[in-house]
Amino acid sequence: MSLSHHLTADPPTPPQALSTMRLTHLRQLEAESIHIIREVAAEFDNPVMLYSIGKDSSVMVRLAQKAFAPAPLPFPLLHIDTTFKFREMITFRDHFCAEQGLELLIHTNPEGLAANVSPFTHGSKIYTDVMKTQALLQALQKGGYDAAFGGARRDEEKSRAKERIYSFRDRFHQWDPKNQRPELWSLYNGRLHKGESIRVFPLSNWTELDVWQYIYIEKIPVVPLYFARKHPVVERNGALIRIDDERFPLEPDETPQEVVCRFRTLGCYPLSGAVRSEATTVPEIIDEMLRTRHSERQGRVIDHDSTASMERKKREGYF
Amino acid sequence: MLATQPYTDIHTFLEQHNNKELLRFVAIGSVDDGKSTLIGRLLHDTHQVYEDQLADARAHSADGEIDFARITDGLSAEREQGITIDVAYRYFATEKRKFIIADTPGHIQYTRNMATGASTADVAIILIDARLGVLQQSKRHAYIASLLGIPYLAVAINKMDLLDFDPKVFYAIQQEFLAFAEKLEFVGLRFFPISALKGDNLLHPSERTPWYTDGPLLRFLEEVPLLRDVEHQPFRFPVQLVLRPHLDYRGFAGTIASGVLRTGDSVTVFPSGKTSRIKAIDTYEGPVDTAFAPQSVVLRITDEVDISRGDMLVRSDQAPPYAAHTLDATVVWLDEQPLDPNKAYQIKHTTRSVKAHIERVHWKSDPNTLDHLPTTHLALNEIGRLSLTCHRPLFFDPYKNNRHTGAFILIDTLTNHTVAAGMLLPLPPQEIAPDLEQQRANARLIRPRSEVSQSERTERLRQHPVSVWLSGLPGAGRTALAYALERRLFDLGYSSHVIGMTQERLLHSAEEAAMLCRQLNNAGLLCIYPGDSHSRSARDYAREIIGSDRFLCVDIDVPQEVCLQRLETQQDPRVPLFHRSAPLYEPPHQPDLRATILEDQLESTVHQIVSLLRQKSILLPVEEKT
Repeated sequence: MSLSHHLTADPPTPPQALSTMRLTHLRQLEAESIHIIREVAAEFDNPVMLYSIGKDSSVMVRLAQKAFAPAPLPFPLLHIDTTFKFREMITFRDHFCAEQGLELLIHTNPEGLAANVSPFTHGSKIYTDVMKTQALLQALQKGGYDAAFGGARRDEEKSRAKERIYSFRDRFHQWDPKNQRPELWSLYNGRLHKGESIRVFPLSNWTELDVWQYIYIEKIPVVPLYFARKHPVVERNGALIRIDDERFPLEPDETPQEVVCRFRTLGCYPLSGAVRSEATTVPEIIDEMLRTRHSERQGRVIDHDSTASMERKKREGYF
Repeated sequence: MLATQPYTDIHTFLEQHNNKELLRFVAIGSVDDGKSTLIGRLLHDTHQVYEDQLADARAHSADGEIDFARITDGLSAEREQGITIDVAYRYFATEKRKFIIADTPGHIQYTRNMATGASTADVAIILIDARLGVLQQSKRHAYIASLLGIPYLAVAINKMDLLDFDPKVFYAIQQEFLAFAEKLEFVGLRFFPISALKGDNLLHPSERTPWYTDGPLLRFLEEVPLLRDVEHQPFRFPVQLVLRPHLDYRGFAGTIASGVLRTGDSVTVFPSGKTSRIKAIDTYEGPVDTAFAPQSVVLRITDEVDISRGDMLVRSDQAPPYAAHTLDATVVWLDEQPLDPNKAYQIKHTTRSVKAHIERVHWKSDPNTLDHLPTTHLALNEIGRLSLTCHRPLFFDPYKNNRHTGAFILIDTLTNHTVAAGMLLPLPPQEIAPDLEQQRANARLIRPRSEVSQSERTERLRQHPVSVWLSGLPGAGRTALAYALERRLFDLGYSSHVIGMTQERLLHSAEEAAMLCRQLNNAGLLCIYPGDSHSRSARDYAREIIGSDRFLCVDIDVPQEVCLQRLETQQDPRVPLFHRSAPLYEPPHQPDLRATILEDQLESTVHQIVSLLRQKSILLPVEEKT
């Protein structure tokens, strides 16, 4: 599998700088993210980078590689495997990490696995809590990590707009929106009490467009599911759900259809809606994004549980 | 999201988008000035709002119109309170630039949030309600914007639609604001007659203000020159971390804070003062010949020089930064807990973290008049001027010249809160030195005092130093008590010393002892003096020397006959004293503790004294050693 076959022709030579020693906005964002990643590596004892296999993770990993080159990443990647990720994501993950020489840790909630928790049997809320939030907390606890990088961006969702770059979590990994530290200049206060930890968001100031643009100019490999092709799907509540394996229980009146579509966000296949699309290259994706009028999170079933669901999940320890 | 520009072809778009610069601005205004509406409007009119978000903004307004303020509304807690509680960041792009908006809500925490949003901003937009004119508050906001070094101020005079876009109103406000802003240090100041609600003079010139020809707000944001004059700024490179992937590679990773560097340049390392040359400027893509702020790079030098995180590389051919232990700064206090002059704080400045204590609070600024008021502390949202002393020197430039090497935050080492944001001021001329050697010599001259503060000693030793004077009759058992107390304190983890016997005399005189106590107390130690302070006046004199806040008197009340009996048994030379007519001893009127030592009571008296010391918070809790 060629990881970069979706880049039509060659992207324009990425300008490092504008005419007179000025950085383009992407290079400035890049420099700021590298600064953040290095600060965390320098000031924390045991960081880890959450790796979700999605496009944002791909960009974050590249930024980390840039931060420490020619040295390897001084921390491992951690993937929370819910067992319901698209199979293509897992293939991509293993290939990508092997190719890039990245240390990858994988964790699945053993209790959830034993109890066969799935979005079909337990509903998306319980499933997400057990297989994502709880699993993440277990993995962080087990590894004793004091800092965990995440690829979240402030433009994703309203409650994210106020998220700090260093997001403080108490001993129970809970987020208190009223008790976060002010962040001035590029001076981050990383002091912790015993048991506390932080989540770090180096992509905070990137937008969805920035991420795709960066993938384009940097030729960063991403999971092929982002590009349109025929997928076997059923339509539920207006969302196209891909039948990724035999665990998907079809309703009596449902028959999977082959629809040309793609995924704007990747997660667990039963919870990730596809959009009808013809975009098969990065420029076409960007083109489509500029013309579309639906926000990225709309394809995520998880956000529709309640208006403030993301904020609630964050308080409970979700990313 | 739709592109704002006439959009024909994705490749043209990408080429163009690839060359945009980033501008950060902060939107400032009080509740009801229409700030959320302005931002919502900018996002909406530049097509950054998605349909589902728009539906949400429509659904929550009474008449089904778009509630622009709703677009930027964030956390559920603030929705309940009806106010925004923090700094939120928004993003939009036009064909010329990408923008990051720091949306700082107006309410009680205002100064703190505004300072946060302003710290990185290139432009500040202040909203003024045209109906209300220039309020004290607007002036204060402009002052903070100027303090935080924002070069450009855009004054958006809002709600002009409610005043029929009357130019007289606009110009009157402009005049008043200009008169005030003369004192502030903006590079550029512009005024815009707008209606955030209706969109006048935001993206396009409004037809309703034919008298206004300076162009809309967005055009200003797109065209205002970015002050990124890297070529004329001295090169500063705070080292973030040292990369050592193998024995043959030793690179210093960091973000260039200012200036330009080329391979072959001669550099000086602070604090060591060593010089070397740049062997390579490395990036992920490979080595480059030139690097400039704000790039993140890895530097290698030609010589083996010991360099670690927190050190700074500067170009040897340029003016050096200040290197000093003593700092003067304007600070914004950010924490609920006010400044405590006795506390040690941690300073984070560039990549350097050092302990610091506050020497002096010079003044605080009156929120209304901006006058300087004398004060000894600063509370939440207050702005003041401090002198600080650091344990290790900082390498800095005045904030006015360099927002990266001139800024710091203060951290409370107990709560770990970020308690203040500081902007460094130039040092007085006598503290500037042409070179490091001279600077070090000067540092010695101008710093005759200890660099360790009392509060630091207290923190280390877990005790407030006091002198415990034991008064009582000869034979009351004071000396035995003193040593027993010293032993107990030591076992509990505290440090004390008994002002004891010398070769020549059994005890020091009260005056000598008091001088010793003062010295040892200054060193952070507890003193115990079992001496012979038989008179009240001698005791008062000692109290005066030591300081009444550090003087504790424990009176050992043992009947005279018991004392005499003890001394006789021990054949003590002081026995004859008991047979004189003059009073042997003046008991203190109000000792801090009155105890007795009869039979086996020594331990219980020790216990009483330790309890007293704990009660008075002289002994602080000591962490269990694990």
